[in-house]
Amino acid sequence: MNLGKQPAAGPQVGIDEWVAREEGRREYLPSWLGSAQRAGERVGWWPRLALAAAAALVLPLLGLGGFQLQVGIDALVIALLAVGLNIVVGWAGLLDLGYVAFFGFGAYGFALLSSSQIGKEGIHLPSLLAVPIVMIGAAILGLIVGWPSRRLIGDYLAIVTLFFGEAFVEFTNNVAPKTLGGPNGIIGIDPIRSFGYQFTSNESYYYLLVVVVVLTMAVLRLLDTSRTGRAWRAVREDPLAAAAMTIPVNRLKLMAFAFGAMVAAVAGTIFAAQQISVFPTNFDTPVLILVYAGLILGGAGSIAGAATGALVVMVIYDGLLRSPTDSGYLFYGLILLTLLVKLRPWRRLGLVLAATAAFGFAAHSIAAAISSSAVAGRPASAGWIGSALRDWVIVPANPQIAGNWGFVLLVCMLIALVQVQSWWRTILLVPTLYLACFVWETRLAAEPSITRQLMIGAILIVMMNARPQGLLGQRRVEALT
Amino acid sequence: MSFFFQELVNGIVVGALYSLVALGFSMVYGVLKLLNFAHGDLYMVGAFVGYFVIQWFGGPKALAIPVPLLLVIMFVLAALLTGGLGVAIERFAYRPLRNAPRIAPLITAIGISFFLENAALLLFGGQYRIYNTPDFIPFSTGFRVGSVSVDAVQIMVVLLGLALMIGLRELVVRTKLGKQMRAVAADREAAEMLGINVNFTIAATFFLGSALAGVAGVMAGLLFNQVTNTIGFLAGLKAFTAAVVGGIGSIPGAMLGGLLIGIAESFITGYISSTFTNLLVFALLIIVMLLRPSGLLGQVQLQKV
Repeated sequence: MNLGKQPAAGPQVGIDEWVAREEGRREYLPSWLGSAQRAGERVGWWPRLALAAAAALVLPLLGLGGFQLQVGIDALVIALLAVGLNIVVGWAGLLDLGYVAFFGFGAYGFALLSSSQIGKEGIHLPSLLAVPIVMIGAAILGLIVGWPSRRLIGDYLAIVTLFFGEAFVEFTNNVAPKTLGGPNGIIGIDPIRSFGYQFTSNESYYYLLVVVVVLTMAVLRLLDTSRTGRAWRAVREDPLAAAAMTIPVNRLKLMAFAFGAMVAAVAGTIFAAQQISVFPTNFDTPVLILVYAGLILGGAGSIAGAATGALVVMVIYDGLLRSPTDSGYLFYGLILLTLLVKLRPWRRLGLVLAATAAFGFAAHSIAAAISSSAVAGRPASAGWIGSALRDWVIVPANPQIAGNWGFVLLVCMLIALVQVQSWWRTILLVPTLYLACFVWETRLAAEPSITRQLMIGAILIVMMNARPQGLLGQRRVEALT
Repeated sequence: MSFFFQELVNGIVVGALYSLVALGFSMVYGVLKLLNFAHGDLYMVGAFVGYFVIQWFGGPKALAIPVPLLLVIMFVLAALLTGGLGVAIERFAYRPLRNAPRIAPLITAIGISFFLENAALLLFGGQYRIYNTPDFIPFSTGFRVGSVSVDAVQIMVVLLGLALMIGLRELVVRTKLGKQMRAVAADREAAEMLGINVNFTIAATFFLGSALAGVAGVMAGLLFNQVTNTIGFLAGLKAFTAAVVGGIGSIPGAMLGGLLIGIAESFITGYISSTFTNLLVFALLIIVMLLRPSGLLGQVQLQKV
């Protein structure tokens, strides 16, 4: 274990000793990643936020446009959702599986208040009026949905909120088709207007989102370090003990729901205004899982983690996996990076890489000797990666069926890989790596829309097992085991 | 009146199906206190196994083997494969998290559910696969009472479901394995101290529960004829509802809950409108959860201090 700086000697005035030692109980990432983490921490939270905001504001000036800008907008919306979900899941420790419904409520609320959907003329409220109304409505809805959390804990709350989320999708799909539009949704939503300025272009929405995300993060940081934030964490760790310390547990749970719902509603309004349309499928379970993947990857409980995780997930999901060249870089880069971090000593790393390369050439020549149609296909990766792999990876003339069997086998081998120990693991790693490349070239790279969904599921499973605190989250060394 | 009885019959048939899924779900919850969100997707896998067995033996129109044998192969193969898959999932994803905070296995389960759904999309494609049950079990093989008709598939589903449920109940009540399961469900640590192989018991529970889901998947394929990669999610939700309404962790509760949900759904579809079925079922669940979180037959659990 890699502990950080030593705790301050003796209790500090006004701070409980256990709290004072929190810094000392942190665990850092291994090797140079940990050093980078420490260096980043020395900068402090607020300067880091300012730096990130400045970087985000400069990005469009560097020539990002069109598609990249849309990816950035989507990523920022999901980041805003992840930051809001962090209040409920990360701080208060309540598993809210209906969170996307608040996002949908915000979007639908804004859509109804600023479109021609209701009545003859429609309602076209100015955004400075519509957004607060939607936020207050979402907060009230959050209180209602959070109400069962007074009695239900853990799994039961998860089910009730999941059903609330599903009920929202069913509701918008089926109830009042004239007003809510059913599956056809609501179209023709007004842009966000305030102080005589209309947000119409994608650039303006990007900047608006950056400002909103940064402001939300700042407000939540203040909240996190306040009395309320500490009380939330106390409720998460042990509701009973918190209640015994006169913390109003139920009120705090409801507050978490209401704050989370408000953030989601803001994300919803901007989403609706930018899309100019809302549909029930925009608020279905895949979006929820996307937000969770971001939160879990970055680390539940940390604002910066939630935002970063969501941004990373969305840039990969929406941006890189769409283009065959980028997804190839991503896939092989991730494999190399994982091997680099996980495989020690260096000799073992070199051995595995060399063995995999040799294994590939051997397998390719054997397959070519048996049947020429077994290597007749082309790797799905474009560019130099694809041509470099032509004589290494087996791609049959009909890659689909072979790729499917390879995928099943790969999952089995990954499960086996986790079970075996030491040298067996290193030996098994070689065919697994080759198989992974085989499946990628035959099947996954050709089906980016499925691959990205698989990736989201895999992130949740792997992160929860390997690093439940997320990439940026803090691992708390518990006092009691 | 005949409409009423026809809807009742349909409800009971669908209810038997839900009961089976809910049963496996409830068993897993009993021993591990884990909401296995991936359970519905095992049902989907079972349905696909059934479909491929039919194709393997020549397709619905030109079967190479007699129909009863085909059904046996379908059910057994689906049960074995989904059971094995359930054990693998438990070993790979849930066992390392057994002592983690409660939220960790839940999120893992969501991830597995999503992964399975999309793996099926990758392997089998997104289109509907059709069982074409009427081609090898004609509708006429059932019986009619007045104007209420019951076909052979419906009878088989109810009988097989009932047999499995009774068998499972006997297994839990009478056998040594059942005793171990109850012991692990009551207190895992104490059970371990008394020499019960907890890992094996949990794996066995996962196998049985997942196998039930697989069997239910084949039944669903025979009944509804259509199989695709997304059927698991809604079935899983209905099974949660059934298990929760009946009282989670209780076997008779899961059966009762499944039947209630099936009948309620059938009547809502028949008398009100099919567009509101899911919405009303979800609303029903939320109301039950609020009024009686322990379900109809569940025991109220006191929180330990």
